[in-house]
Amino acid sequence: MEWASQLCENRGLGSKMTDSKYFTTTKKGEIFELKAELNSDKKEKKKEAVKKVIASMTVGKDVSALFPDVVNCMQTDNLELKKLVYLYLMNYAKSQPDMAIMAVNTFVKLVEDQGFLDTLKDLISDSNPMVVANAVAALSEIAESHPNSNLLDLNPQTINKLLTALNECTEWGQIFILDCLANYTPRDDRESQSICERVTPRLSHANSAVVLSAVKVLMKFMEMLPKDLDYYGTLLKKLAPPLVTLLSAEPELQYVALRNINLIVQKRPEILKHEMKVFFVKYNDPIYVKLEKLDIMIRLASQANIAQVLAELKEYATEVDVDFVRKAVRAIGRCAIKVEQSAERCVSTLLDLIQTKVNYVVQEAIVVIKDIFRKYPNKYESVIATLCENLDSLDEPEARAAMIWIVGEYAERIDNADELLESFLEGFHDESTQVQLQLLTAIVKLFLKKPTETQELVQQVLSLATQDSDNPDLRDRGYIYWRLLSTDPVAAKEVVLAEKPLISEETDLIEPTLLEELICHIGTLASVYHKPPSAFVEGSRGVQHKRLHARAGSGESAENTDVGQTGPSEAPSAVIPSQGDLLGDLLNLDLAPPTTTIPSVQPTMQMGAMDLLGGGLDGLLGGDLGGSPSMGAGLGVAPAAMPATLGGAPAVGGGLGDLFDLGGGVGMPSGSYVSPKTVWLPAMKAKGLEISGTFARRSGVIQMDLSLTNKAMSVMVDFAIQFNKNSFGLAPAGPLQILTPLSPNQTIDVSLPLSTVGPIMKMEPLNNLQFTHRQIHVHATQELNATFENTQRDRGNCQYPLSLLFVEDGKMDRQVFLATWKDIPSENESQFQIKDIHLNSDAATNKLQGINIFTIAKRTVEGQDMLYQSVKLTNGIWVLAELRMQTVNPNYMLSVKCRAPEVSQFVYQCYELVLRN
Amino acid sequence: MIHSLFLINNVGDLFLEKHWKSVISRSVCDYFFEAREKAVEPENVPPVIHTPHHYLINIYREKIFFVSVIQTEVPPLFVIEFLHQVAETFQDYFGECSETTINDNVVIVYELLEEMLDNGFPLATESNILKELIRPPTTLRSMVNTITGISNIGQTLPAGQLSSIPWRRAGVKYSNNEAYFDVVEEIDAILDKSGSTVFAEIQGGIDACVKLSGMPDLTLSFMNPRLLDDVSFHPCVRYKRWESEKVISFIPPDGNFQLMSYHVSAQNLVAIPVYVKQNISFFESGPSGRLDITVGPKQTMGKTVECVVVTIHMPKVVLSANLNATQGTYNYDPVTKVLMWDIGKLNPQKLPNLKGSLSLQSGAPKPEEIPNLNIDLKIQQLAISGLKVNQLEMFGEKYKPFKGVKYVTKAGKFQVRM
Repeated sequence: MEWASQLCENRGLGSKMTDSKYFTTTKKGEIFELKAELNSDKKEKKKEAVKKVIASMTVGKDVSALFPDVVNCMQTDNLELKKLVYLYLMNYAKSQPDMAIMAVNTFVKLVEDQGFLDTLKDLISDSNPMVVANAVAALSEIAESHPNSNLLDLNPQTINKLLTALNECTEWGQIFILDCLANYTPRDDRESQSICERVTPRLSHANSAVVLSAVKVLMKFMEMLPKDLDYYGTLLKKLAPPLVTLLSAEPELQYVALRNINLIVQKRPEILKHEMKVFFVKYNDPIYVKLEKLDIMIRLASQANIAQVLAELKEYATEVDVDFVRKAVRAIGRCAIKVEQSAERCVSTLLDLIQTKVNYVVQEAIVVIKDIFRKYPNKYESVIATLCENLDSLDEPEARAAMIWIVGEYAERIDNADELLESFLEGFHDESTQVQLQLLTAIVKLFLKKPTETQELVQQVLSLATQDSDNPDLRDRGYIYWRLLSTDPVAAKEVVLAEKPLISEETDLIEPTLLEELICHIGTLASVYHKPPSAFVEGSRGVQHKRLHARAGSGESAENTDVGQTGPSEAPSAVIPSQGDLLGDLLNLDLAPPTTTIPSVQPTMQMGAMDLLGGGLDGLLGGDLGGSPSMGAGLGVAPAAMPATLGGAPAVGGGLGDLFDLGGGVGMPSGSYVSPKTVWLPAMKAKGLEISGTFARRSGVIQMDLSLTNKAMSVMVDFAIQFNKNSFGLAPAGPLQILTPLSPNQTIDVSLPLSTVGPIMKMEPLNNLQFTHRQIHVHATQELNATFENTQRDRGNCQYPLSLLFVEDGKMDRQVFLATWKDIPSENESQFQIKDIHLNSDAATNKLQGINIFTIAKRTVEGQDMLYQSVKLTNGIWVLAELRMQTVNPNYMLSVKCRAPEVSQFVYQCYELVLRN
Repeated sequence: MIHSLFLINNVGDLFLEKHWKSVISRSVCDYFFEAREKAVEPENVPPVIHTPHHYLINIYREKIFFVSVIQTEVPPLFVIEFLHQVAETFQDYFGECSETTINDNVVIVYELLEEMLDNGFPLATESNILKELIRPPTTLRSMVNTITGISNIGQTLPAGQLSSIPWRRAGVKYSNNEAYFDVVEEIDAILDKSGSTVFAEIQGGIDACVKLSGMPDLTLSFMNPRLLDDVSFHPCVRYKRWESEKVISFIPPDGNFQLMSYHVSAQNLVAIPVYVKQNISFFESGPSGRLDITVGPKQTMGKTVECVVVTIHMPKVVLSANLNATQGTYNYDPVTKVLMWDIGKLNPQKLPNLKGSLSLQSGAPKPEEIPNLNIDLKIQQLAISGLKVNQLEMFGEKYKPFKGVKYVTKAGKFQVRM
């Protein structure tokens, strides 16, 4: 009630302020009078006095002389009085900064006095539902700005209070309470069921925001219910109608609802599988609603409803809006890929659409038919003739590339394939990269299929790609083909004409972990953008990731099989997404232009890259690389000209393997676990520069991986980092390599190698590292057309895992181990328990080896595995450990012995970290 | 929470701004204008727009964009719902929600906004409470206010706001106690060329006008409550009793409100009250086309179909229409390319027909897109889903109220593909 009564008070303040009595004319000695009144003992009188002061202030009289007296009034529990004083302070703080400082102490006292927060917390248990709802809203708002303050500690009692208040408070209060409930983790499935039961009535609320927040709570807690429970099925059924109802609301509401439904159908397709029709598009829906509906239609498409869906999609393809028509045509292709039984129907629908000769429809149709070919090879080639008729009307790169791919892929069945491709070749340099790459590949395919007639063509395209092009991708691909063809056409055939991995049915499914996080954020901006909140919400909530809680009892495997039956199956390993990965790239499956632009490569660099490819081949071909005509002539007979010593195919194969590794392996630390980056220096502290990072040990080198994000408005340059003295002498081995300026909202990732030869000082805790970071802010001013710079230094703090310091030669001799173990006094031994690890001893050994914890011996006694392990730190300290694991008990026992016992604790942390990940 | 609100008309003039926290420069709306320009049609502006430091969430109502600015993670639906309530409150107070009425009542508008949102958090959004705080404008009152300088703000805090039934004020008194309910159903449907139903559903709602003294406790029961499997209630309805007994039990707000809305889903069979025979063709040779439409009653349960209006959005190349209507009047707007045929009452003996030729822009290719038909209609004294109110009982008060129930069926988004 206090909360509510404060509200009333505020209102009273508002209405009384309009009274004019405070503005009456000045009397003599007024300041003196006011002073007396301000120091009066009576609260009422004090308040009146402050009001008079403010009134004088508003009309422009100088009342700054009263400053100390007014500030004294601040120490009161009367909210109205407090607010009045603040008003006064705000005014004079600007003009009289010296005096304002005097007030700071009082503020500090107020802030330290957390009584206010405690009162708020108590209010959660208030009897008035409106008070509860407002308290929850206030606490959530405070928690948002202070992510680490654990303000809303939810327990079954408070949850119960919240649920009671939920039924009675206003619609807005219900939203706050539901959003707060969604953060709670129920103890067991019973509790989550009872919460679900009490939240379900909210699904019938007239306010759609309440409905969606309730859906969030239910979707989240449902995860904990056992699937065989009757209630689970009931709940699933109850979720569908409210979601459908949201779609009859205003278009803006529909849009947000649809974005969320998109997530829900990915997580639980069974909820809406019978509701396909509500997603049918009305011609006067806004475009943003149309596109979302279309997306969901495809997700819900199944064998049962495909006929309806296709009829609708065909209808949409005749609409006015070009974007929508394109997406509809694409959708037909996706249906074909998703529902195999419908493929034939889809293809014939697409052919009908091609007959309309509407330019963008034809192009879109060709792009999707290419995907259908990839999914069902050698099935629908009969339509190629129809496609070829439309060759001339294609003017978009994607459609041209698709058509070229089809011609190349089925070159042996198209009589005039060489003519067709040749016609494209004429304007090679005017084509986009996508088309050029495709053309190169298609002609090479053609050559491998019909070598006799197309030699000239292939030489032409190779020289165009390698000599006349500025594009490194194109050149590289050209060289790879050239070499392949010249060294071993058989191998070339194997590579280029290899059987292609099938494309998967759902290319744009959200990655499961992200989906889980987004489900926890239903109804929020994150759900509209389909991005985790940390990706875009400024400053708030930090890196708090939410996860769905696994259901108690039943295993995850059960869940997986279930998903396999109901929804689109989890992609088997042979299936790749059609976007293409590296392998696809080499097989020329990627029709999308490369997303990363590689800066133009210098000639010398090229030679280096070639070393990777050909190994010794360079010696032979190097001279010819300039592209003399004789080179081309030698193509067809290349193997004969190859000296046997070069190893021909194997060399190339190996080289290619390297290339694969190069692409696939970048950024993937092999073996050891690297913990995710954490924020070391939040942007608030460092004037807009956020530093997050982690440590890794990669093949013996300690590296500090940093992400610098500029969250300020100015550009930052000239970064440097310095370490304070620390326990193990960690120091940067070189300067921070950031050459480019960091513009606002940009992030740079950088790896800094570290050495262990720096100055040493014992830190508390042992693995603490303090660093100083410097950057220069560049502010551009428009008026002066000049820039200002100011240097910013910030101190950050981070802790590194001790495993960083475990060296590679830390494997102790068995005898030495035994002797040392005995030698170290038993008071230096520490025992730790590592709970809930489900690894067998071999897996554990391997994992630990990854961070240079070496297993010296293993003993099995009475169902217990004992691992004896040794670790050596960079400063030469040896740590010996014994890890005991029982087959029945998931808790491991770890005994650590070391001459420097203070490190034991941190060694244990490393065990814990690596075994859990 | 909600930081600021900007009202922008459909020409792009920003005519009102309100800030609940700090002032945000109106230049933030540039991002909105950019999106507005990109969308071409005002209806197509995306509801959520991302700018570097803010999020703009907007709705388009009555040719006005309500653009709100938020800075932190706020549920977008929360904001959108709130904006719709603002628009509805304006409508409620000023009769219509338009730029003119808002400008005429700018003082009340600011008072309302101040009450509805407190430091960015919704405070009093219930119409009853608002009306106690800020009295709606009447000619007399505004005159009195001008002369005396008294504002139209209530002097006391509404008692209902802090009670557990915030929607009803205390001490209501009427000499005639009456309670009227309108069951309004709208048919959303898509029919294909041949007239068969692609998709149909019914959106229903019960609008109430309750003027009863004291604290009446009402119970509304239906003959066939099983029809209603998907309902949304006004907060006053006791959900538990609906779950267990399928009756609607509530203490009503005072005045007009929507008691509940419901949705009869696509899976049930929905009766389609009219059929349309249509034919539109464009000739390959010469710039002309033909149009022939006939409308007739289908499943009307013996009632008359009234206020029938057929609207067709013609392709851009159609310049004019030379048609002949056997009933009603037609009008073709060459600017918006909308053909509107107002038929009126449907006579089953003599079916209305619209027939004639369309002239196209010469030289333009035959239109690729096929227009859709939109139908508007009204059937009095019929709820097409078959829903019937059984009775209304009142407890808690002694007097006998007047009671009444009206049914009406309308076309919602009723479309026929040609």
